[in-house]
Amino acid sequence: MKVRAQFAFVFNLDKCIGCHTCSVTCKNTWTNRKGVEYVWFNNVESKPGIGYPKQWENQEKWKGGWELVDGKLELKSGGRTSRLLNIFANPDLPQIDDYYEPFTYNYARLTSAPLSEAAPTARPVSQITGKQMDKIKWGPNWEDDLAGEWSKRSVDKNMDNVGREIYGQFEQTFHVYLPRICNHCLNPACVASCPSGSLYKREEDGIVLVDQDKCRGWRFCMSSCPYKKVYYNWESGKAEKCVGCYPRVESGLPTICSESCVGRIRYNGVILYDADRISELASTENEQDLYEAQCKCILDANDPAVIAAALAEGINKDWIEAAQKSPIYKMAIDWKIAFPLHPEYRTMPMVWYVPPLSPVQNAIEQGKLNTGPDGVIPLASEMRVPVKYLANMMTAGKEAPVALALNRLIAMRSYQRMKRVEGVVNTAALEATGLTEEMAQDMYRYLAIANYEDRFVLPTGHEEERLQDPHGFQGQNGFSFGNDSSVGISKITLFPRRRSESMEPKADTPSAD
Amino acid sequence: MGENVISLNNLLFGVYPYVCLVVFALGSWLRFDREQYSWKSDSSQLLSGANMRLGSNFFHYGVIFIFFGHLVGLLTPHWIFQLLMGDLAHQYFAISAGTIFGIAAFFGGSILLYRRFFNERISLTSRASDKFVIFWVMLTLTLGLLTIPVSLGHAGHGDPRVVTAMAEWIQSIIYLYPTPDYLEGVDLIFKLHVLCGMTLFLVFPFTRLVHIWSMPFGYLGRAYQIVRSKKLKYQELN
Repeated sequence: MKVRAQFAFVFNLDKCIGCHTCSVTCKNTWTNRKGVEYVWFNNVESKPGIGYPKQWENQEKWKGGWELVDGKLELKSGGRTSRLLNIFANPDLPQIDDYYEPFTYNYARLTSAPLSEAAPTARPVSQITGKQMDKIKWGPNWEDDLAGEWSKRSVDKNMDNVGREIYGQFEQTFHVYLPRICNHCLNPACVASCPSGSLYKREEDGIVLVDQDKCRGWRFCMSSCPYKKVYYNWESGKAEKCVGCYPRVESGLPTICSESCVGRIRYNGVILYDADRISELASTENEQDLYEAQCKCILDANDPAVIAAALAEGINKDWIEAAQKSPIYKMAIDWKIAFPLHPEYRTMPMVWYVPPLSPVQNAIEQGKLNTGPDGVIPLASEMRVPVKYLANMMTAGKEAPVALALNRLIAMRSYQRMKRVEGVVNTAALEATGLTEEMAQDMYRYLAIANYEDRFVLPTGHEEERLQDPHGFQGQNGFSFGNDSSVGISKITLFPRRRSESMEPKADTPSAD
Repeated sequence: MGENVISLNNLLFGVYPYVCLVVFALGSWLRFDREQYSWKSDSSQLLSGANMRLGSNFFHYGVIFIFFGHLVGLLTPHWIFQLLMGDLAHQYFAISAGTIFGIAAFFGGSILLYRRFFNERISLTSRASDKFVIFWVMLTLTLGLLTIPVSLGHAGHGDPRVVTAMAEWIQSIIYLYPTPDYLEGVDLIFKLHVLCGMTLFLVFPFTRLVHIWSMPFGYLGRAYQIVRSKKLKYQELN
């Protein structure tokens, strides 16, 4: 057992209202720059829809993620040799128009236009060429709230085996918001596909980053990430991706998308996992077993054996404590109500999703829905969003786990409703879904109340561990003269180095214990 | 140098090669050491991928074979080469390999050149150096291809002198006894090709060409996953 800590997320789709506040705060924080105008580290999609970039879930088209070749994991885009032979033109690279041509508007004209009969207009301008655009044909959120024809939106890969014709009918329409960020996977395909070795997973918190100095712009990460969450900065020529807001997370703050979420749907926390089992579990033969396999990789932070192994790996006590209080563990493992997005990509994504119940109040009032034993809360199978569709997103099509999760969410509501409205404690619905009263009360606390302290259980990073002798670096950070922060990367340099031989200690100081 | 005089010939073929090589070596080193963020292939495939499979692959593979062809053909000492083939055979070999890969590179490069200048998105987002580099590579390549008919003419008369003269000259540069006189009697087209080629080394560190240094062969032997530990060894920082 090799215990590692992972900074992970849960997004509760049941409460997402599609306001895009997450996208906007993220955009303003990280990608409001030249070369990444088209880049949204965080975006919110309206499903069913083809998403951003177009049809990102269609891996026959983009070759993202992993596949099993003779029982062994291999990049779907091909092995190392094939990567290198294709290095001059990536055959699977999305084009800017698969995202959208970034645009702004000629706002200045609104104030600078000469006096005229008609009000001046601000016409769209391409942020690539700087030329005026006649017509904007696609945008970052073109399908928002089910905009566009069903024939185009239903190309959505998750609609396979669901019945495209049926749900094209107006009366059968359903809608799910899907907020997406980098999944900071346990088995990241982007890292594996980088010929330069510039992408890496941080040992201490599992955040996946691109070393901007090491990146050479070979672009395989872009196509190999099945979620299309690694982007190419066409100005700098480097890959960029969601950084998990690591400067915030290191300070114990949630990511900016989570912090700013008005629906309080986002949970940030730590989980412990067994790094030794990743390749075995990600190689699980049957795609529909991958969700369970992923759960098996997660360790119980209250297990004394796990705690001992974690301490032996150098994981700090406060991180273990955070893992014990982790909202992620509760929802994904204890209650089994949160699922990875597309486990069949075999990357072991670490953003877990609570499937949405459907807004059904009208249908109930019109008596169109069969309800459960309490006569009020509808059955999961009667919901507007087909369970099959959700299962295609979250469990490679296996409906039972998703149905159980929906039923648990319903049972929790039913129990709470009886208690609050009718003043009766009725645990029948809970028992039917295998929940205890205590679990239901916790679920209510975490899902309905969703206090800040429960949503975000984040230990601070241990920056002091970066240096074995912090005192030796006293006075070396902060304000300095000249090109001091860049000391070059080669062993032998033509430029004078700091006089490291005189004052600063040459050897490690002995450790305290 | 044959004659110790400052003549244009001596400057161009006795001094200029060293200027180019020194700038190439030092410039690459300095940029790699201090400006890693600028070290990249600078791909524009995202902005326009049309014909990139065709253009970029033909161009790159063509150029790689041409480069190694030049390397082996010109830098192998004469006595070793003679063990393999005679001078005339060498020349015919060079002509045929150069024709095949030269045309391949020219075909691919033309697509890239056209795209660089006439594709609106690519042209407007190009730096001046991006346009210069593809233009200059294509100029060098064209001049190289134009030497083929001349070389064929020589070979038809059973005269392999140009090939041996070029090899001797380059080796005189590499082994630090620069002898521009070797190029006496070599046709102008060869000299122009050589000058253009040397200039590529001169501009190399200041353009996107630096990505050539970074061919990621290390990937072949690497584990797929990379995990970085926070706990750096103190020594690594020094």
